[in-house]
Amino acid sequence: MRPHDGPVLIGLMGAVHYHRRMIVELGHFALILAAFVACVQMTMPLIGAHYRWAGWMAMARPAAVAQVLLVSFSFGALTYAFVTSDFSLRLVVLNSHTLKPMLYKVSGVWGNHEGSLLLWVLILALFGGAAAVFGQNLPATLRARVLAVQASVSVAFYAFILVTSNPFMRLANPPMNGEDLNPLLQDPGLAFHPPFLYLGYVGLSMAFSFAVAALIEGRVDAAWARWVRPWTLAAWVFLTIGIALGSWWAYYELGWGGFWFWDPVENASFMPWLLAAALLHSAIVVEKREALKSWTILLAILAFGFSLIGTFIVRSGVLTSVHAFANDPERGLLILIILAVFVGGALTLFAARAGTMEARNVFALASRESALVANNILLAVSCFVVFFGTLWPLVAEMLFDRQLSVGPPFFDAAFTPFMVALAAIMPIGALLPWKRARIGRAAQPLAGVLALSIAAGALTMSIASDTPILAPLGAVLGTWVVGGAIVDLFGRTGRGPIGARLARLTRLPGADWGKTLAHCGLGITTFGIAALLAWQVEDIRVAQIGESYDVAGYTVALNDVRNLEGPNYVSTMAFIEVSKDERFVANLTPEKRVYPVAGMPTTEAAIQNGVFRDLYLVIGDPQANGGWAIRTYIKPFANWIWAGCIIMALGGTVSLFDRRMRIAAGVKTGAARGVPAE
Amino acid sequence: MKRLILLLMLLAAPVWALDPSEMLSDPTLEKRARALDFEIRCVKCQSEAIASSNADWAKDARRAVREMIGAGSSDAEVKAFFVQRYGEVVLMEPNASGANLLLWLAGPAMLIAGLGIGGFYIRRRNAAVSDTELSADEEAQLAEILKK
Repeated sequence: MRPHDGPVLIGLMGAVHYHRRMIVELGHFALILAAFVACVQMTMPLIGAHYRWAGWMAMARPAAVAQVLLVSFSFGALTYAFVTSDFSLRLVVLNSHTLKPMLYKVSGVWGNHEGSLLLWVLILALFGGAAAVFGQNLPATLRARVLAVQASVSVAFYAFILVTSNPFMRLANPPMNGEDLNPLLQDPGLAFHPPFLYLGYVGLSMAFSFAVAALIEGRVDAAWARWVRPWTLAAWVFLTIGIALGSWWAYYELGWGGFWFWDPVENASFMPWLLAAALLHSAIVVEKREALKSWTILLAILAFGFSLIGTFIVRSGVLTSVHAFANDPERGLLILIILAVFVGGALTLFAARAGTMEARNVFALASRESALVANNILLAVSCFVVFFGTLWPLVAEMLFDRQLSVGPPFFDAAFTPFMVALAAIMPIGALLPWKRARIGRAAQPLAGVLALSIAAGALTMSIASDTPILAPLGAVLGTWVVGGAIVDLFGRTGRGPIGARLARLTRLPGADWGKTLAHCGLGITTFGIAALLAWQVEDIRVAQIGESYDVAGYTVALNDVRNLEGPNYVSTMAFIEVSKDERFVANLTPEKRVYPVAGMPTTEAAIQNGVFRDLYLVIGDPQANGGWAIRTYIKPFANWIWAGCIIMALGGTVSLFDRRMRIAAGVKTGAARGVPAE
Repeated sequence: MKRLILLLMLLAAPVWALDPSEMLSDPTLEKRARALDFEIRCVKCQSEAIASSNADWAKDARRAVREMIGAGSSDAEVKAFFVQRYGEVVLMEPNASGANLLLWLAGPAMLIAGLGIGGFYIRRRNAAVSDTELSADEEAQLAEILKK
């Protein structure tokens, strides 16, 4: 290298650096531009729809697509900054580190307040774009209004991000390295938990937009219900997956196998799930029977309202919780204003217009419609219980000057009865004919299932004399719901020889299979939860290296404990062999880790998953006498909880691909999937 | 040296809650104490029971629970002890007393209201439908027509 090459090289490095910085600046610029595009999309189509100006209404589509492109670029730019560890960005410094594995550099993008909001608007834009592209056969005015309402939500969140939570803030003096991501969050289960939850939360914005557009339009009919259902279904599927991922993560990561804590933030994701489930069912009544219209509109508004409340709870930190990584009153206030404007505005519109939406059909007290009303009441009231319990500490402190906690014991006691009632009526309701039914006759095919359920309960009770009542209850309800769903599906094959009916099973519409799967999934989850809570065994003790002990029929032998070094942590690992009746079962290596950069210890439980039970081992602290504290858990049927959730989500997905639903979503019959129709 | 520091950090970091050295030797008493652990909140933590908390306060609280249980206190006495010192915020399950009755009754009240409104709505619409149903005369006329 010649002496005068130096400045050239520096210049070149400067150019590369400049280039990197440019991408981030362009991302920032794209976000601002997207906000302006959203402003146009919010106003022009709405005015156009009012005056029937086709050109103005048509603005909605290119604007929605442009938003997708702009926000995607913006999100991509932030991801780029994380991946390349650009420590001139404040956000990257606070949430990343060069030593972090690539997956967690990427998930670090949304593992913080600012980035997660950018993800939120990205998904909002994606749903709007999807509605613009796939909603070609919606009436022009409805489509324009839906997209305008969707854009108004976007505008609010763009403003929120740009004013209070800008992810593209620079630091004047970039440090040499970042401050890492919370090691608890460095986990594949958690990396994908927020995106799924957001897909669910934000997916409900489509139901909201459809509801508000219908209120402006003054028209709700079967076609409307058909359009709104796929979006709600998609949102519900994403929420199911997101909640299940979070719960599964808590199960294996927090070190004692709890799977649900009734934490305010968990409740925040559970409430929209409950209401989305109610909305799915009431939209069926609108679609099939043109009844329950105003209630369905109200549910659509509330479901998204609870998504906003969830965002408020998480982002404001108003209810202190382990999840609150943003504790900023200004942000909380702004989200509260957004919530008040959208939910308040929509409810005002609802109050003014709902009266005009007369039901076209009537139904008897005993009918499928009534059963779905009961489903809606139970789901809505259970959601209300969760809401009330979550907010009660705040209310009690403000109004009654009482400082108190509302924890799992309350929710277990106050929430569970509604789910028991729901599971109890579900198989009967699913079999009732529309309009008018005779319950006794309609429920006849369930006689066998009822007998089977009682037998399952009796069998469960006879296993041990001290079995808690929860276990047989779970067995009865699980068998009842799963059996009922199967009887329902089989009943749809009509009459004739068994062989012919079985052959017809495969030709049943996707929606029928979807319903069966989703109901079965709920039954399986119900049983899993009951069995786990009733039968889990916890054993805590000190074990010397080389010692073995028995827990619930298993022999646990602590063979060794060693210190090891991981990529960005140090670990103490125990080597444990589990056997049963002299037969080898598993070698398990529970660890405790310390992440030096974050200075945080974590436990890594060792779990051997099984169909009927999980073995769950945790190593604790060394003891004064040279032994180690070891926790052994036997968790019966734990996996059934999440298996049920996956089956529920699968059911929703199968239903989503029903041909009839695709027509509803705007895809032409017979055409390849994803091709816009007409 | 770096390695040594890391190992020291590891040893200094208590990772999980209830330690075997804290436990009562009588399994029935320990079982009761363990159940109480889930009902008493760690006031230094965020919505977490002392059962799973690593905080020093939770450790002390667990020890206090076991001391009282060992000395023959009832579950209610243990809870009362904590409430007296730290207020009712220490209970994971709010007492069903005073304003808290609102909390406990809100769900059942809403259910009754929901069922009432739902039932009323369906019945009212039902009554409307029976008005539009055929009268005896009309039935006869219809039968007449159908016979032809």
